[in-house]
Amino acid sequence: MTPLLQVRDLAKFYGARRGCEDVGFDLWPGEVMGIVGESGSGKSTLLSCLAGHLLPDRGEVIFDTQLHGPRDTLSMSEPERRMLMRTDWAFVHQHARDGLRMGVSAGGNVGERLMAVGARHYGDIREQAVDWLGRVEIAADRVDDKPWAFSGGMQQRLQIARNLVTGPRLVFMDEPTGGLDVSVQARLLDLMRGLVREMGLSAIIVTHDLAVVRLLADRLMVMKDGRVVEQGLTDQVLDDPQHGYTQLLVSSVLQV
Amino acid sequence: MSDYNFAYLDEQTKRMIRRAILKALAIPGYQVPFASREMPMPYGWGTGGVQVSAACLTPGDTFKVIDQGADDTTNAISIRKFFEKTAGIATTEETAQASLIQTRHRIPEAALSEDQILVYQVPIPEPLRFLEPSEVETRKMHSLEEYGLMHVKLYEDISQHGAIATAYAYPVKVEGRYVMDPSPIPKFDNPKLSMAAIQLFGAGREQRIYALPPHTRVVSLDFEDHPFEPSKADHDCDLCGASDSYLDEVIVDDAGGRMFVCSDTDYCRSRRAANHVGAQGAPYEDARA
Amino acid sequence: MIEIDGLGKSFTLHNQGGAVIAVMAGACLRVARGECVALTGASGAGKSTLMRMIYGNYRASAGRIMVGKTDIAQAAPREIIRLRRHTLGYVSQFLRVVPRVPTREVVAEPLLTLGVARADAIARAESLLARLNIPRALWSLSPTTFSGGEQQRVNIARGFAHEFPALLLDEPTASLDAANREVVMGLIEETKARGAAIIGIFHDEAARARICDREVDMGAFAPGRAA
Repeated sequence: MTPLLQVRDLAKFYGARRGCEDVGFDLWPGEVMGIVGESGSGKSTLLSCLAGHLLPDRGEVIFDTQLHGPRDTLSMSEPERRMLMRTDWAFVHQHARDGLRMGVSAGGNVGERLMAVGARHYGDIREQAVDWLGRVEIAADRVDDKPWAFSGGMQQRLQIARNLVTGPRLVFMDEPTGGLDVSVQARLLDLMRGLVREMGLSAIIVTHDLAVVRLLADRLMVMKDGRVVEQGLTDQVLDDPQHGYTQLLVSSVLQV
Repeated sequence: MSDYNFAYLDEQTKRMIRRAILKALAIPGYQVPFASREMPMPYGWGTGGVQVSAACLTPGDTFKVIDQGADDTTNAISIRKFFEKTAGIATTEETAQASLIQTRHRIPEAALSEDQILVYQVPIPEPLRFLEPSEVETRKMHSLEEYGLMHVKLYEDISQHGAIATAYAYPVKVEGRYVMDPSPIPKFDNPKLSMAAIQLFGAGREQRIYALPPHTRVVSLDFEDHPFEPSKADHDCDLCGASDSYLDEVIVDDAGGRMFVCSDTDYCRSRRAANHVGAQGAPYEDARA
Repeated sequence: MIEIDGLGKSFTLHNQGGAVIAVMAGACLRVARGECVALTGASGAGKSTLMRMIYGNYRASAGRIMVGKTDIAQAAPREIIRLRRHTLGYVSQFLRVVPRVPTREVVAEPLLTLGVARADAIARAESLLARLNIPRALWSLSPTTFSGGEQQRVNIARGFAHEFPALLLDEPTASLDAANREVVMGLIEETKARGAAIIGIFHDEAARARICDREVDMGAFAPGRAA
């Protein structure tokens, strides 16, 4: 078996300041990896570099493409990379409005990726949109409503549906539950767990919420000052942290 | 007339515009940037079309201007007079007599020929602007042929109205490559975009020129289960009886009386001259009297 | 099935002056298929620590932990994940679940993860819940609001949903009434009978005597003694 994503010696600097450095890991099909760290630890920079939103200064991000096998996405042509972004990859933003077209109906939002890869049958597109709204627990009669008429949790679920409709293999998530009520978070987490399992998705989730990674991630990477200080099995890193920073992070969580 | 250079613009500017036109003809449907000049009329009144016309006109040309199909509206008359004054060229209202036709919102009903040029006035040249506000992004989408968004617009139409409700400025794909805004012509005119004449599109405020060379393949975007349909009022012209021309609805009194007439005034006139009479029409001689 | 050799564990507390606390050294243990071994020793002797190390939850400082052909002490995360899905089950003392997920789904999840058809997984979950006397009315509710005993039984049902070849049981009969203890004992006996290797912590001596083939005193692996 080949890793879905192989990251080697990735580094990104903002001038002299380090965004992230010396990052390397393999992500295997069906694996969910969490990246945690405090604000400014470089976790969002890393995610942007991995997802092709930011060009790193050094390193390789090798993705196992369906047609040509493992390819370095950083040396790909832009059309190839953008094609990857709307087929095999998906990106769930922290703020749904960054990932949705707020002026387009829920159905149109979900249908966009289908149309982007050539779907030209209105009835089929709509049927798939309604099916996906159902899977993220949005009633079919909301299909023609605009996202601004939805609650925060619904918007986030709509964003997930819009991303998963083309059956991606790798999903990048940036604080997917940030800014949501606790009860809404739980519902979203449950939904994401189910979808990851059913679709065999691989995912990389950036968050500062350790409860989120415990529930969603198989593996965990802990970042501090742009470097990975510890990585391993999620529950092992959380329950038996080896690095001083991780110990501090874990012991800082409020117990309910 | 000697107060102005021929056709108002200086020769350097005309050459710059001609280069843009040649590039546009070489890449059908691609929007070529050009350095749009201040014209003695406000944006939105056809400054783009006027600059393209000025760059194309030669002293031997016969010029026609239509606005919404009519030769006798304020805008059409003003532009016609502008070039009569600055270029001293012959003008006409007869489509077949004109070598260069500037238009706003219509394509003439009569088929154009290979020795004619049709110049469109364009308000917003970017068909993707509806959903993507960033110019950087839309340019990238054109260059990478990422046109899924165009269908999102049509999807929204069907989901809201049950059919594709876009009635004008209906997007087209040119030679299987660029998606293009045909300017705000009614979609009734879209099938005519594949024609024998050269078609040039000028957007003054947005500083873009694009073109369709003769006999270019132009396809209106649609869905398999909602195919493109050119539409018009379900009526015949009340003056000339034409059933195949695009119609304007005209309110004729305060009691709700109305009539449908050809939007292309020259087409209607020539049909009446050939003794075609519509439901409310009078014989041609009487109308002139 | 489970072979442990020279296992040691110490915790380094970086935020408390780098204090190193050794909790285990030279632990050795073998459990064959169809065998049940009880870990004994005083509270704090390292029973739960050993269980967690076998499950890969705590990192081993020394030694090896073979489960089947995999050395947990060296294995990459994905190998441990695969092992946990297919081979090695763990019934902890506490139920940890996503809020809002119905009990029936919580129990069926290990099977769904393995790709078992949904209907089959749910059927298995429901039969276990029924056997463990969880009222049917509760099956569609999240267990987060259940009583301690109910949560413990849901946890056991989840742990026994898939027939793991190796199973770790941490106080499975604590906080259960006699009737339910009997049900759990029956489950464990069936699991032994089908050939699973079991390591357990049982406070209840009667249960230990009835189920376990051997006892291993964790006191023997205290760091001072081994050194």
